[in-house]
Amino acid sequence: MSDWQQICRVDDLERERGVTALVHGQAVAIFRTHDDQVYALGNYDPFAHASVLARGIIGTRGDVPFVASPMHKQAFDLRTGVCLDDDSVSVPAYDVKVVDGTILVGPRKASTLA
Amino acid sequence: MIHVRKTLVVAGHGMVGHRFVLAAIERGLTETYDIVVVGEEARPAYDRVALTSFFEVGAEALSYLPDGSYEDPRVRLLTGTQVTGIDRDARQVTLDNGDVQAYDALVLATGAAPFVPPVPGHDLDNVFVYRTIEDLEAIREASKSAKAGAVIGGGLLGLEAANALHQLGVQTHVVELAPRLMAVQIDDAGGRTLTRHVEQLGLTVHCGVMTELIDAGADGKVDSLKFKDRDEPLDVDMVVFSAGIRPRDALARDCGLAVAERGGILVDEQMRTSDDRIYAIGECAAPGGQMYGLVAPGYSMAEVAVDALLGGPGTFTGADMSTKLKLLGVDVASFGDAFAGTEGALELVFADAVAGVYKKLVVSNDGKRLLGGILVGDASAYGVLRPMVASGMELPENPEELILPASTGSGAGVTLPDEAQICSCNDVTKGEIVAVVADGQADDVAGVKACTNAGTTCGSCVPVVKRLIEDHFASIGREIDRTICEHFPLSRQELFDVVAVHGYRSFDQIIEAHGSGRGCDICKPAVASILASQFNEHVLGRNTAALQDTNDAYLANLQKNGSYSVVPRIPGGEITPEKLIVIGEVARDFGLYTKITGGQRIDLFGARMEQLPAIWQRLVAAGFESGHAYGKSLRTVKSCVGSTWCRFGVQDSVGMAIELELRYRGLRSPHKLKGGVSGCARECAEARGKDFGVIATEKGWNLYVCGNGGMVPAHAQLLAGDVDSETLIRYLDRFLMYYIRTADRLQRTSTWLDSIDGGLDRVREIVVDDALGLGAELEAEMARHVGSYVDEWRATIEDPEKLARFVSFVNAPDVPDANISFEVERDQIKPQLSSEPVTLGSHIPVGAPTA
Ligand code: SRM
Ligand SMILES: Cc1cc2nc3c(=O)[nH]c(=O)nc-3n(C[C@H](O)[C@H](O)[C@H](O)COP(=O)(O)OP(=O)(O)OC[C@H]3O[C@@H](n4cnc5c(N)ncnc54)[C@H](O)[C@@H]3O)c2cc1C
Ligand code: SF4
Ligand code: FES
Repeated sequence: MSDWQQICRVDDLERERGVTALVHGQAVAIFRTHDDQVYALGNYDPFAHASVLARGIIGTRGDVPFVASPMHKQAFDLRTGVCLDDDSVSVPAYDVKVVDGTILVGPRKASTLA
Repeated sequence: MIHVRKTLVVAGHGMVGHRFVLAAIERGLTETYDIVVVGEEARPAYDRVALTSFFEVGAEALSYLPDGSYEDPRVRLLTGTQVTGIDRDARQVTLDNGDVQAYDALVLATGAAPFVPPVPGHDLDNVFVYRTIEDLEAIREASKSAKAGAVIGGGLLGLEAANALHQLGVQTHVVELAPRLMAVQIDDAGGRTLTRHVEQLGLTVHCGVMTELIDAGADGKVDSLKFKDRDEPLDVDMVVFSAGIRPRDALARDCGLAVAERGGILVDEQMRTSDDRIYAIGECAAPGGQMYGLVAPGYSMAEVAVDALLGGPGTFTGADMSTKLKLLGVDVASFGDAFAGTEGALELVFADAVAGVYKKLVVSNDGKRLLGGILVGDASAYGVLRPMVASGMELPENPEELILPASTGSGAGVTLPDEAQICSCNDVTKGEIVAVVADGQADDVAGVKACTNAGTTCGSCVPVVKRLIEDHFASIGREIDRTICEHFPLSRQELFDVVAVHGYRSFDQIIEAHGSGRGCDICKPAVASILASQFNEHVLGRNTAALQDTNDAYLANLQKNGSYSVVPRIPGGEITPEKLIVIGEVARDFGLYTKITGGQRIDLFGARMEQLPAIWQRLVAAGFESGHAYGKSLRTVKSCVGSTWCRFGVQDSVGMAIELELRYRGLRSPHKLKGGVSGCARECAEARGKDFGVIATEKGWNLYVCGNGGMVPAHAQLLAGDVDSETLIRYLDRFLMYYIRTADRLQRTSTWLDSIDGGLDRVREIVVDDALGLGAELEAEMARHVGSYVDEWRATIEDPEKLARFVSFVNAPDVPDANISFEVERDQIKPQLSSEPVTLGSHIPVGAPTA
């Protein structure tokens, strides 16, 4: 199904580090966490107005996995794209699945639409 | 109504005169008065209490008014000018430059002069007193050719002068008429303990002897001292008198003002003399007939005088004469009724001759109140005991615990009342300190100092200030949270130690054993920095790559539009024309914006992440290496041109800067580190604005530490003077490693220094005197760093695994990110930002709402 775009092999990703992928012409940040979950968020940091989120540090706040923008350190929930420091701001989050070791990025998660 | 401005003259610009002017400005006295301050010394007021540190820090650091004038234009300061007479009828003073100055009000703040007993020979060359910067300059000069010297007077000041003389390399004798040292403040037993300490420092003490004659040699200079009832003369070639002080009340006497029987200008409780237009404050004044030879009472008098001039009700009714000796290595304190003069007073004594400790508490006869005490050898309890006396609070059940070594010795667990005066120098109470902490104005010692002045004069109250802050936080349940973040219940220092002790090499090991969760943007870079300081592995190694902060992760500095800047190292700022050309060519070929930085090197901006390897390939081939502009690590060691070219230079500052920059390059630290080396005291490299600054001297180098520019500028302070190059590097190795081990995350050296108990002196003990015996270990750690250094960029371009990370898109490595774009300004590029993500294609569909 064409809504799902093939990106790369899970093994190509380092744990707890992001990469940027080009998905339907847009910059999308893909993250693999320590427990091998894969998440995808829009790469554009709405605070800094720059395409950088994939280059942030990942970690946890309580149980929430997040990425901290490398620009000014705002944290975004990897699952929903909601900013943990200001919940009125969010970045798009995308569905992700792993098929036979290959990462596929799908549609934008509806729950993240304002 | 016509408002005519009045004139107030202040005679004397010493500590108290200066405090008077500050209070006058602050409280608005300058709204009605023009103030003319006439000071006899060549320079504006300075910190006389810290006079001895002149030998280390120089005159400027002691100055209260380095610019030479007050910000308030209604205050005029004449230095190097003496008031020679007062004409009370004409209401004017005459000056030694022949001028006459009229006054509506006159404040005498002429201080005191050292008392020199009329011993024959007291006017010989090489006989000194210890009161002004000029005195110390002369003593230093004389010490250069002197082998042995005597300080006459074994009181507080005499001991300080003796220690200074000793540190100048003169074999020093202390000659005291009384049967013990510090006879005014401490008793016989305390005096004996003190004598042992002083002798251990290498000084010789002669008590109970009277100097009869200072004898001169053939050259007319001091040659020996002769004592009464002693045949043996004492061979010395210089003498310093410290036999007490006398109020400078001559001006007042000459114009007929009342003076006290034992000297000092008589004043009432509002500091008015017998002429109600004339006030006297500080050491020249004698309120109620008594003069006070300490600065704190003088400050109170200054405040009271300002208040009186404003028509206020303030009065001065006596002062606390507690003292604590600042002699390096010997703690002595005396406070309150130290001699148990109060009717029925009881004494509690603890003495340990082996440890050299003598402590005495004087308590009221019902045992309920502390009246005073003496502490020799260990005065850590002073900070708590002195306010207990002043506040008259009730003693705890077992008062002896306050001085027994088994207790913490600092009176932990004793709760002082709010009125207890904590800082006697600046009259700040516990209540005032707690208040600024409670309402959030301050949350550390530095903050309390800024808000209240507590701790800014002699510093002896700082430990108590610190405890009050911690107690307050504990009382409101706010942990004094030094833990680094939610993932580790440890401070950076503890984390550092844990890593060192267990030899952990990865974040996973550390968080499994000591933390929880998966870390965050705070603890991960901190762990990366600690691992780098200890093992110096490549920052993009398997274990550490994912921990690095933004800039370290790509070995370049992230710019606002997501592009990067590139800074090659240019050690000491020295660069060949060939290398300059290479930088120019690289910048031109990659279309980069080029700028000279404030750190004597060149920054190339606007590189896309995927271009970084190719740029560095070119730079590395030309012999450049990473400048670590991105790291919390050594940045630059700035240099001036130095003796090679400069006609003033006394050492090769460029050579030294290069050596230091190459030695410490790549050293990961809690915050960035900067250095500077100047070729002479003109200081063109601004070395004292750096974490470590080196300034050439005729004999070698002066090493300054803990300075910075930035948000809160701080001048670096002298750690060691006139050292040779080898010693300089040894001290620097130790200093830097000690900082790296013990500082908090993102704590620069100056704030780290503020947080250390004992401050610079403590750091000097550890680095220079090697008091903890850590020296060899710290040097070995640095040697390991130096030996294992590799250029991060060279290692990166040689390693395919590391290079693989430098792509724009994993699935389209050749497509540049369209979000990064530039426009042109002054012939170079500049970032262009867009308020929306830029897309190259269609829109990504939105999925069905999730249930
Ligand atoms: C490039 C440069 C400005 C310039 O065009 O001249 C610069 C640029 C930055 N400085 Fe600086 N500083 C530069 C010299 C200085 C200096 C002057 C000096 O080094 O002699 C100072 C004052 C001296 C000092 O540090 O004590 C200086 C004080 C700061 C501070 C304040 C530090 C402080 O303790 O208050 C920061 C903020 C920080 O580090 O937390 C800072 C931070 C920065 C950052 C890293 C801000 C950031 O996070 O993006 C800038 C990154 C530049 C980049 O992306 O390449 N920069 N910065 C200079 C690079 C010098 C070099 O060759 O390495
Ligand atoms: C080495 C040393 C260590 C000390 N340590 C301590 C300590 O630890 N704790 C403590 O509390 N105190 C200490 N003191 C004492 C403290 O320095 C004095 O109490 C304080 O300086 C008094 O201030 P003042 O303004 O009254 O006098 P000063 O600071 O002496 O100022 C008086 C000024 O008036 C000038 N002057 C005098 N006559 C004239 C005139 N006719 N015309 C113009 N100007 C004139 C003098 O030159 C001088 O500059 C120490 C003193 C010394 C020397
Ligand atoms: S600091 Fe001294 S040696 Fe260096 S350039 Fe300036 S004047 Fe010359
Ligand atoms: S008691 Fe001297 S500074 Fe506070």
